Amino acid sequence: MTARTASEIAAGVRSGTLAAAEVLEQHLDRIAAREGEVHAFNLVMTDQARRDAAAVDAAVAAGHDPGPLAGVPLALKDNMCTRGIETTCSSKILEGWKPPYDATVVTRLAAAGAVVVGKTNLDEFAMGSSTENSAFGPTRNPLDITRVPGGSSGGSAAAVAAGFASVSLGSDTGGSIRQPAALCGVVGVKPTYGYVSRYGLVAFASSLDQIGPFTNTVHDAALLLDVIGGHDPMDSTSIPDQHPSLLDAIRRDVVGLRVGRITDLPDGADPDVTERLEAAFDALREAGAKIVDVQVPAFGYGLTAYYLIAPSEASSNLARYDGVRYGLRVERPDTNAMYSATRAAGFGDEVKRRIMLGTYALSAGYYDAYYGKALKVRRLIADDFDRAYEHADVLLTPTAPTVAFPFGSKTDNPLAMYLCDVYTIPTNLAGHPGMSVPFGTGQHGLPVGVQVLAATLGEPTMFRAAAALERAMS
Amino acid sequence: MKVAKLARLDLAPDAIERTTAQLAGMLEHFADIDALDLDTVQPMTQPYPLQNVFRDDVVVNGLDRDEVLAAAPASEDGRFRVPPILGLDS
Repeated sequence: MTARTASEIAAGVRSGTLAAAEVLEQHLDRIAAREGEVHAFNLVMTDQARRDAAAVDAAVAAGHDPGPLAGVPLALKDNMCTRGIETTCSSKILEGWKPPYDATVVTRLAAAGAVVVGKTNLDEFAMGSSTENSAFGPTRNPLDITRVPGGSSGGSAAAVAAGFASVSLGSDTGGSIRQPAALCGVVGVKPTYGYVSRYGLVAFASSLDQIGPFTNTVHDAALLLDVIGGHDPMDSTSIPDQHPSLLDAIRRDVVGLRVGRITDLPDGADPDVTERLEAAFDALREAGAKIVDVQVPAFGYGLTAYYLIAPSEASSNLARYDGVRYGLRVERPDTNAMYSATRAAGFGDEVKRRIMLGTYALSAGYYDAYYGKALKVRRLIADDFDRAYEHADVLLTPTAPTVAFPFGSKTDNPLAMYLCDVYTIPTNLAGHPGMSVPFGTGQHGLPVGVQVLAATLGEPTMFRAAAALERAMS
Repeated sequence: MKVAKLARLDLAPDAIERTTAQLAGMLEHFADIDALDLDTVQPMTQPYPLQNVFRDDVVVNGLDRDEVLAAAPASEDGRFRVPPILGLDS
């Protein structure tokens, strides 16, 4: 069977020409064949997926429409709550925890007829760029199993690239959807902050986290975002406005679209990556877009601002893992000793590193010098982007500086790992949308992603440009 | 050492030494923003300007108490059970 897109699967299932159960079995077969070497999942939900697929087929047989994602096999990053089903964040501190509620995205996917096949591996609490920080072992890149899939949503990216699921969801705090999408050769979208509800997404850095899709096509990404996006009263940062349909947006061409080249972008991308970026500018120019030069002078300070703000928020958010209400407890005679022993045993090295960095940046005497200053840099970056978007409708950059790298090559040097996200981080700080589109290959025949950025709620324009890039590659 | 205590992390001495060196390296890199003039810049605390978000004043059910307590390491009489907080010699 040829791999079908989510749009084709849903259309077939809704019209009764394709059985959801049959589609599911094809994906389960691929999981059985390759999951052992890829390790995309923390949990494969075979029985429940079979029940859900059968229910979709029964609905169609009874003359009902199961919804726009009817029968689409989908994988969820294991930091999204699923009621009664283990949700671990790839951390020992949450191992075995079964949430008492569903994340809003999970509820919306079920209502749209999607079939959840499993929970995917991640860097512990989404902290990392290679999925090597998982307490349950790394995920391998399905295109070359000696290399990382990127991170932190490496399992979700690998699941789609390996055909284990037609589509998946990840979360992106500093690039955790876009970077693994680039390294695995799939489409990955970080929507505007507030576009998708965070209710039931285990918090890492609450002012930066956002859920988004991994897909094989730009059309599928639009389909998925149209389902999961939109206001949710359970998330007080959810944007109240109605979002325009992205499926409508991608029908438009890019004639006259102003595509910005950031002339003061930080160096560091490999030549094979910048070559693909130049090809992307050429492709959009040929499709009728206008290429303009813009400056974002504070872009390069994003890394520092991010690695002060995100760990600060994390140090506060992760205070809840104290052995009292859920997850691991290491028994000690008094409460304070129990907290410290539980957290030391339950968290991995990178999580501890970031909690301590955040605790330090927020501590009395250092707050103004670190956290306070980082918040001001965040404003500079947002203001610089706003000025750039007066001259351009979208911006193009590399998604990641390199193609997928070998295991262990950055694990001893946290700063080198952090630099993987140099091009994706500023977007999270500004709250803007960004997406990675596969655009050919670089060294070793591995995929290269081009990043399309847009202003707040600029998703329709961003998707137009992404669709044009995809057409240029087909 | 002090930061680990504030963060409620019971770390071994060698882990503290390693982490201290790594954090020092990061803070050195983060000094790049000292070059910026930030005196007149307002801090940015949220990416999308929403204020005073209220829901309608209607009663909705919370989470099921038994289901929540079932996930706790220890519970008793409908409450979370923890080791003693007071009354121990420090």
